[in-house]
Amino acid sequence: MTEPVLSVRNLQVEFASRRGTLRAIDGVSFDIAKGEVLGVVGESGAGKSVTGLSVIGLIDPPGRIAGGEIRLAGLRIDNLPPEEMRRVRGKRIGMIFQDPLTSLNPLYKVGDQVVETIRTHLNLSETAARRRAIDLLAEVGIPAPEKRIDGYPHEFSGGMRQRVVIALAICAEPELIIADEPTTALDVSVQAQIISLIKRLGRDHGTAVMLVTHDMGVIAETSDRVAVMYAGRVAEIGPVQDVVRNPLHPYAKGLMGAIPTLAGEDKRLVQIPGSMPRLSAIPRGCAFNPRCASAFDRCRVERPEPLSRGTQSVACHLYDAAPAETAA
Amino acid sequence: MLAFTLRRAVQAIGVMIAVGIISFSMFRFAGDPVNQMVGMDTSGAERAAIRQSLGLDDPVIVQFGRYIGNAAQFKFGVSYQFRLPVTNLLMERMPATLELAIVASIFAMISGILMGVYSALRRDSWLAHVFQAVSLIGISLPTFLIGVLMIYLFSVTLGWLPSFGRGDVVHIGWWATGLLTLSGLKALIMPAITLGLFQMTLIMRLVRAEMLEVLRTDYIRFARARGLTTRAIHFGHALRNTLVPVITVAGLQFGSVIAFAIITETVFQWPGMGLLFVQAVQNVDIPIMAAYLMMVSLIFVTINLVVDILYTIVDPRLRSTVSRAH
Repeated sequence: MTEPVLSVRNLQVEFASRRGTLRAIDGVSFDIAKGEVLGVVGESGAGKSVTGLSVIGLIDPPGRIAGGEIRLAGLRIDNLPPEEMRRVRGKRIGMIFQDPLTSLNPLYKVGDQVVETIRTHLNLSETAARRRAIDLLAEVGIPAPEKRIDGYPHEFSGGMRQRVVIALAICAEPELIIADEPTTALDVSVQAQIISLIKRLGRDHGTAVMLVTHDMGVIAETSDRVAVMYAGRVAEIGPVQDVVRNPLHPYAKGLMGAIPTLAGEDKRLVQIPGSMPRLSAIPRGCAFNPRCASAFDRCRVERPEPLSRGTQSVACHLYDAAPAETAA
Repeated sequence: MLAFTLRRAVQAIGVMIAVGIISFSMFRFAGDPVNQMVGMDTSGAERAAIRQSLGLDDPVIVQFGRYIGNAAQFKFGVSYQFRLPVTNLLMERMPATLELAIVASIFAMISGILMGVYSALRRDSWLAHVFQAVSLIGISLPTFLIGVLMIYLFSVTLGWLPSFGRGDVVHIGWWATGLLTLSGLKALIMPAITLGLFQMTLIMRLVRAEMLEVLRTDYIRFARARGLTTRAIHFGHALRNTLVPVITVAGLQFGSVIAFAIITETVFQWPGMGLLFVQAVQNVDIPIMAAYLMMVSLIFVTINLVVDILYTIVDPRLRSTVSRAH
C-alpha cells in the first residue's frame, strides 16, 4: 500500500477561552491518497474548517493543536517550526478559501499576486514566473490570460476570482489542496464550473484534495470518499456512494435524508430535530445522543469509537457487538 | 480622471468663495476701518475722503466683489500696523512656516508609521506599551507646554539648542530657507518636534489600529496560506493597505499643522505667518487676519484636492469608479 498524501491521526484542537478550554476537534483521523478527493461535510461549527486550517498550520491563537499528528507524505508537519511550515504552505499544500471576493489583495494586480507566490516557492526569474502565471491562468480557464494578468481583482467576477484563487493555490504544484467551502459564495451555475475545475486539476496533477463543504450535492459530484463530521468528531467516513446510499450513523442518515430529490413528491423536507451542541456544552457519551432517535443508555455514558463496517467506518454504538442490527 | 479633478477643483473654488465671505465680513464686524487708520483729530471731511478712496461707500455686494477679485490676485490690502502690503508681509513669512510645517509633518509621518507598525506587529512587547503610553501623553499634553518644557531642558539647562528664532537663513530667490545652515537646522529641531508630536501620535494610533484590522482580513490569511514570507505579508500587503486611510489623515492634518503653527511659532518666536497673525490679532490688524484666514483655507483646500487625487493612485478600485462616474 502506498503512503497516503495526508494522514491525520487523533487530531485534537483546543481554543482557550475565558470559560476554560474548548475542544473544537476531538480525535479526528483520516487519510487522503494521491489523486483522491475527500469531502468533509457537516453542519456549521462541526469542525470542518478548523480541521482544514490545522492541516495547513493556520489556526489563529487562542486555538492550538493539542494532540495527535498530521503527516504529509510521511513527514510530520503539525510540529514544524514556523519558517519550515511556511515553506510547506503554498508549495506542498495549497488552500482555497470560501470567499473569492475577499481572498485577493485589492491593491495588487492579479498577475503580481500570482508571480509573487510563484517566486516565493520556485526559483524562477521574473519573466519565467510571469510566463508560468499566464499558463496557470489559462489552465484554470481565464480567457485571454495574457491580458487579464494585468487586471486588478475588482475587475474580475466572483467566479473568475475564484479561478485566480485556485491558480494561486496550485502554482507550485502542491501535493494537497484544501478547499474550504470553495463554492459557497458563488452562483449555482458558476459552482458547477468551479467544482469540475477542481476535479479536473486533481485528476490531471494527481493532487489530493480535501474538500470542506456543507453541500452534500457538491460532495456527491466531486468526492471519492466522504467524512461526516459532528461536534468535532468524525461520525462516519467511507466511499461516497456507500455513505450516500447506505449511511450508517444516525446523523449521516439524517443528513442524507435531508437532501431534496428532484423527483420528490410534494412533502416537507426531513430535518434533524434540535441543533448541534455548543462547544462549551457537548453532552457526555455520544455528542449526538440528545438528537438521536435510536439512542440508548450506553450512548449517554460512553463515547463511541470508530468501528469498521465494510468500506465504511462509523462511530456509533449501534454497530458495536450487534452486527445483526445494521439495518436498524 | 481629468473630469474628476476638474469637478473637485470647482468644488474647491466654491469653498474658497465661502471663506472669502467670512473673511470679508471680518472687516464689517470689527468696527469702522477708518477709525483704525486715522488719528483722534482727523476731521469729518478727511474721514469721508478716506472712506471714499477706500470705496467703503459702495454697496456691500460691490465691495465684496472687489475684495474677492483682489484676493484672487493675492492682493489683500495694506496692513494697518506696518503700512505695507499684506501680501508682501505674508510671502516674507511663509517660507518659515512652510519649512516648519513640512519638517514637522515628515517627522510625524515617519516616526508615526514606524511606531504604529511596530506596535501592531509586536503588540505585547514592552516597547509597544511604551509607544502607547507616549502617544497618550502626546495626545493629551498641550503643544505649548511640551514646547516650554523642551526649551527648559535643552536650551536653559543643557544649552544645546537655541530657545527662539530661526537661526541663519540663506536666500534662494525670494525664499529664505533655514535648512541649509547649521544654526537654522538646530533652531528647527525643537519647534518641529513640538509641532509634529500631536500628528505623530495620531498617525501612530491610526496605523496601529488599521494594521491590526488589515491583518485580520481574508486576503492576509490567504497570503499566509500561499506561504509568503512574514516580511512580504506585513510590509508588502498589510502596510500598503493600511496606508490608504493614513494618507487622508496625514494630508488633512497638514492643514492643521499649519494652523497649529500659530502656537508653536509663538512659543519659539518663530518668524512665520502664525506669529504675524498673533501680532495682528493683538493690534486688530484686520487685513492681515483676513488674508491669513484666506491663505490657510487655500492650503487646506489644496491639500484636500491633492489627497483625493493621491487616493486614486494608491487604490486601483477608485481609479475605475472615478472613470466610470462620467
